[in-house]
Amino acid sequence: MSTFGEVVLRSLCVLIAFLVLPLLVGQTEHKLMAHMQGRLGPMYAGGFHGWAQLVADGVKFTQKEDIVPLAADKPVFRLAPALGIVSYLLALAVIPFGPHLVAAGITGSLLWVLAVGAIGTVGTLMAGWSSGNKYALIGGLRSAAQLVSYEVPLILAAASFAMAAGSFSLVSIAHAWTPWWLLWQLPGAIVFLVAGTAELQRPPFDMPVADSELVMGPWTEYTGLRFALFLLAEYAGIVVVSLVLAVLYLGGWTGPFDHQIGPFWVLLKGFFFAVIILWMRMSWPRLREDQLQRVAWLGLVPLALLQIVLTAAGVVLTT
Amino acid sequence: MTTYDIFFSILGVLCAASGLAAVTTRHLMHAALWLTVCLATLAGCYLVLGAELVALVQLLVYVGAIVVLVLFALMLTRAPIGRSHDHDTPLLQRAVALVIAGSAAVLLGAVLITGVRDGTVQVHGGSTNALARMLFTSWVWPFELLSLLLLIALVGALAMSRSLVPARATRRTGEDS
Repeated sequence: MSTFGEVVLRSLCVLIAFLVLPLLVGQTEHKLMAHMQGRLGPMYAGGFHGWAQLVADGVKFTQKEDIVPLAADKPVFRLAPALGIVSYLLALAVIPFGPHLVAAGITGSLLWVLAVGAIGTVGTLMAGWSSGNKYALIGGLRSAAQLVSYEVPLILAAASFAMAAGSFSLVSIAHAWTPWWLLWQLPGAIVFLVAGTAELQRPPFDMPVADSELVMGPWTEYTGLRFALFLLAEYAGIVVVSLVLAVLYLGGWTGPFDHQIGPFWVLLKGFFFAVIILWMRMSWPRLREDQLQRVAWLGLVPLALLQIVLTAAGVVLTT
Repeated sequence: MTTYDIFFSILGVLCAASGLAAVTTRHLMHAALWLTVCLATLAGCYLVLGAELVALVQLLVYVGAIVVLVLFALMLTRAPIGRSHDHDTPLLQRAVALVIAGSAAVLLGAVLITGVRDGTVQVHGGSTNALARMLFTSWVWPFELLSLLLLIALVGALAMSRSLVPARATRRTGEDS
């Protein structure tokens, strides 16, 4: 019975992290964006600098009516938000916070993160199609085109880290990390960060949800809790991409006193990448559809291939 | 009966059922979505059998890329919500398909049952390391040839689509892949 209890405990920890960390990122976004734009942001909910704003938003979402449009394909429409949530929940379960502090220690965890991310993609497409709305359909189409394009450089960049460490396991990759990687794997890290942001459809890669032309893209028809689930999935995606990049490129828990405060280093490094992803949103205007494809195929893919050659040369020369 | 057996049976039944649903449903997009379920549960079967790499690659390639492309193509052309009879096949074709599928299943089942008549077969090579070793030693040439074939198909498809643009219609290049 103890193994069963352990499984429950580990799942519960992942669930708590899944519910807390995205809120933290969301609140950081509120405040960071406000201060970069010379305003205050949310200040009232909860008292101290509006810390409870997102909790209040969540309560608001649960109170709204859950509407399914008449023209929608009902079962698919209802199921779609769950897929995005499930995919990032599964991805979060394999991210190591220490040499032994990982909820599900599987050997191919890097591949696992990339593979379950695909489930969320299908969820977005289902949402776009099943809404029975032309804006949602166009948003879904744009999502599909974007996700397929950016999947290629993302996987190539991840492959470079796996080659450098000689393993698919995130724990082994973090163990194999040396400060030398900061220079050696820099192009791969840039590709991973940009392609990861694009996979999340965050600005400036938010052509699929371009609110000035497509209302809200694939999520146009969603209300209440289902819409909140899509938002939660987006911020959970930021958390997953940042933490994976922290483990791959910054060595995860490696740092001063890492025996005592290893998980803290992972969170701090992940937070660093999360802030960069938020900062990108605040600094750049939205890319047009053709510019998006150009960045992926003419910018990121050659850079990722170059990184693979660089990694292969490094691995062959040093071993 | 171990836990693995139970999981394998559940996933196998789900896989077969979703495959059946994919070919029988009259909703065009539902067929593609059932295909997704089918491919994902097949990945689950691989995972239960201990072939982790194959399972994850199956999920990554089929669900992440191929199904997304299928959905994209459907949404780009015609993806009606609700039943559609545009793609109904004649009764004869269905009967022939049923016979062929049934005989293929019987043949495969017969081979498997006669092949492993006396109990279990120990399989080595499902692990990531073993697979990688085989892929980069004895199977490296077939593997590289396959990727070359895919590249030729890719370039061929590109050439075909470019030559259909009116301005370039005179520059039709010969491709045979």
